[in-house]
Amino acid sequence: MGLSLRLAWRNLWRQPRRTWLTVGAMVFCNVLLIFMISLQLGTYSMMIENALQAFTGHLQVQAPGYKDDMKIRQVVPDVAEFAARIRDSLGLESVSARGGTFALASSEDRSYGIQVFGVDPEHESHVSSIPGLIDKGRYLEDSTAAEIVIGSVLARNLRVVPGDEIILLGSGRDGSFAAGVAAIVGVFNSGVADIDRNIAEIPLGYFQDTFAMRSAGHEIVVKLGSIDHVTKAKQQLEMLIPEGEKLVVLDWNDLQPGLQEAIRADMGSAMFIYSILVILVAFSVLNTQLMSVLERTHEFGVVISLGMKPAQLGRLVMLETLMLGSLGLVCGVLLGGLVTAWTASAGVSLPGMQEMAAQFNLSERIYPLVSPLTLLGAPIVVLLFTLIAALYPAIRLHWLQPVEAMRSI
Amino acid sequence: MMRTMRIVAMLAWRNLWRNHRRTIIMLSAITIGAWAMIFMTALSRGMVSDMIRDGIRSLPGHIQVHNPAYRDDPSIGNLIPDTDRDIAARFGKAGISNWTSRVRVPAVVTSERDSRGVTFIGIDPQRESTMSFVADDIVEGRFLESVDDTGLVMGARLADILDTELGKRVVVMSQDPDNDIADRGYRIVGIFKAKLETQETAMLFAGKATVQKMLGIEGRVNEIAVMGDDYRDVEPLFEKVNAAFDDDVEVLRWMDIELYLSSTMKFMDSFVLVFVVIIFLALAFGLVNTLVMAIFERMREIGMLMALGMRPSAILAEVMMESFFLLVIGLTLGNLLAFATLWPLQDGIDLSFISQGLAYFGYASVLYPETAAKDVVLANVTVLILGFFASLSPAWRASRYEPVEAINKE
Repeated sequence: MGLSLRLAWRNLWRQPRRTWLTVGAMVFCNVLLIFMISLQLGTYSMMIENALQAFTGHLQVQAPGYKDDMKIRQVVPDVAEFAARIRDSLGLESVSARGGTFALASSEDRSYGIQVFGVDPEHESHVSSIPGLIDKGRYLEDSTAAEIVIGSVLARNLRVVPGDEIILLGSGRDGSFAAGVAAIVGVFNSGVADIDRNIAEIPLGYFQDTFAMRSAGHEIVVKLGSIDHVTKAKQQLEMLIPEGEKLVVLDWNDLQPGLQEAIRADMGSAMFIYSILVILVAFSVLNTQLMSVLERTHEFGVVISLGMKPAQLGRLVMLETLMLGSLGLVCGVLLGGLVTAWTASAGVSLPGMQEMAAQFNLSERIYPLVSPLTLLGAPIVVLLFTLIAALYPAIRLHWLQPVEAMRSI
Repeated sequence: MMRTMRIVAMLAWRNLWRNHRRTIIMLSAITIGAWAMIFMTALSRGMVSDMIRDGIRSLPGHIQVHNPAYRDDPSIGNLIPDTDRDIAARFGKAGISNWTSRVRVPAVVTSERDSRGVTFIGIDPQRESTMSFVADDIVEGRFLESVDDTGLVMGARLADILDTELGKRVVVMSQDPDNDIADRGYRIVGIFKAKLETQETAMLFAGKATVQKMLGIEGRVNEIAVMGDDYRDVEPLFEKVNAAFDDDVEVLRWMDIELYLSSTMKFMDSFVLVFVVIIFLALAFGLVNTLVMAIFERMREIGMLMALGMRPSAILAEVMMESFFLLVIGLTLGNLLAFATLWPLQDGIDLSFISQGLAYFGYASVLYPETAAKDVVLANVTVLILGFFASLSPAWRASRYEPVEAINKE
């Protein structure tokens, strides 16, 4: 075995330029793939985090059908008390009760139709980033006060500032006419035009009074430490639903179905590009190994006629390829890891990202995700294809005729 | 000179085929690389073009005209100073016919069961039908017939949300320029479906004159849209429209309004180049390797040729020719393969299994590849030019061989 290893290694270096060029192809491919994959995964996790932490949370408890129809009568009964029970059971502070409906908001000069949400001022900041994005005035404090916070674009459209009053007109849960006058205490700026234009938040108690909700609401939002806890938490929540109550627990996938699919769509197109690159590298290796076998035809002929088995020669070629591939893997992982680690701390900004950031609520820099998967995943696949590519030259050796072989140069 | 070139070319061609296995492998690699470049960019460009065209068709238009204060404060008070008649006269004089004017206001639509905030748009149906998406996608009932039409056209999804349907009445409520509530009952005469759900829920259409009467703004509008021939080049149209109006309006190109769309378009162009370069680099290693090996094997022969009088420049030319042949044949095959695979996909690739994900980015769920001549040219030219430079090094070294040393190499 030791002899085979030494032979293989020396064979590689008989043609150093050729070996380096092939390793170079592998390293280039590996570095590129490592960087691109970690960038992709970093972007996805950021997209998910941002989308969920803005407003949706990881899980929500709702009445069945509310997600699609959003009718005010599809309620979660005793919502504040249920939320408190969930808080105790799960041991989490990041659970908050909400009500929501469509209403007409009027200032002195203007009116706009918007989504109004009744929120729990004490706990909303644990499940949504909006309370932290107040840039004028303050967030809501008292659950029964007639106060309101609105988005910056809505504030501009309504021509109002903190201190002004807004009239809210809508329909109550019992079908009656609902009206309220709320004082603007704060304006938030999330950076996402849709949120800043269409959403206003009022305290839950005031919401329940104004819209004849009694003690009901529409959603209980739960935010977890990480996405990985979702499945377990979902089961726990389902067990907490009281007997006879028809409520459903929705995870972020149900709440934002586009998100998971968007990621899959992007992955799909990226996979296509990656496979092309891997195939091209495999061709490179095929070329190299084939050449290296063909030019040793005479030598192999001699060695076989002296008693070595073709199978052993085949193994030798595969061993050479393995070494070649491992060299490419190690150098690729080192270099790729270096580049990725460096950008992971500095962040990457691509052209066109600012506009995307405004549209999709992303930050302007992406941070590549450094993990064993991103660092090793691609290089291992490249190594695998390298070995597959070398099978052809290795297997050809079986048909080598010693006498004919020795006749070549 | 020509004779030398002919001989060099012949030599190069024959040398390529001396080791046909290696040549075929290299050719396959180049073919696959070229195929990938063209195929992938056709798919991406198709997606982006579709998205942009749909975005523009769903009302922005290539050029838009508004009151200068409208963008910051899109309320009904900020109307375009000219009346309908003046506007028609201006366009007539400028020779522009593909234009339309609209009244666009935020409003609340109330059915028997529910209410929603929408963007209420009074349109001129005859002009709009050539420009925007709505007329094509009516699934129930009819489109509007004239500016005086008193009917309403609503998106299918909005009708669901409001629990209403074709033939029923709804009330649309908005503000007039005096800040009073203006409302009016409408009967739903048509239901439309759009590629993106938000278009169905956010927009409501009625006859322009009816809306103008409801808001008390007879003869006035707050938005004018003009369509040209090519969404990529709107400058000439911009100039014409700008010249047709006075300084009391704001004339904008779609790129200034829809920043996300225009940045995606720019991103697409740079993506193509980056992609081509990456694929080429992956190929380059193999290409250089092939040339280096080819030369190395023939060192004695090259030495002999030089000893017999062949000039170093001819050697250089010969090696470059080999590379050139490889590239040209590989590119040709790759291009042909790409067209062969794109042709059957012309009717679109059905991606409805990830339709919601695509909608997230603003893409429809059927992908129509778009082969742009400039992409194909860019890919081929880039490969040829970069290939030229990549082959220079081995070719140069070959031409620097000392004949005596080379002949004596083993």
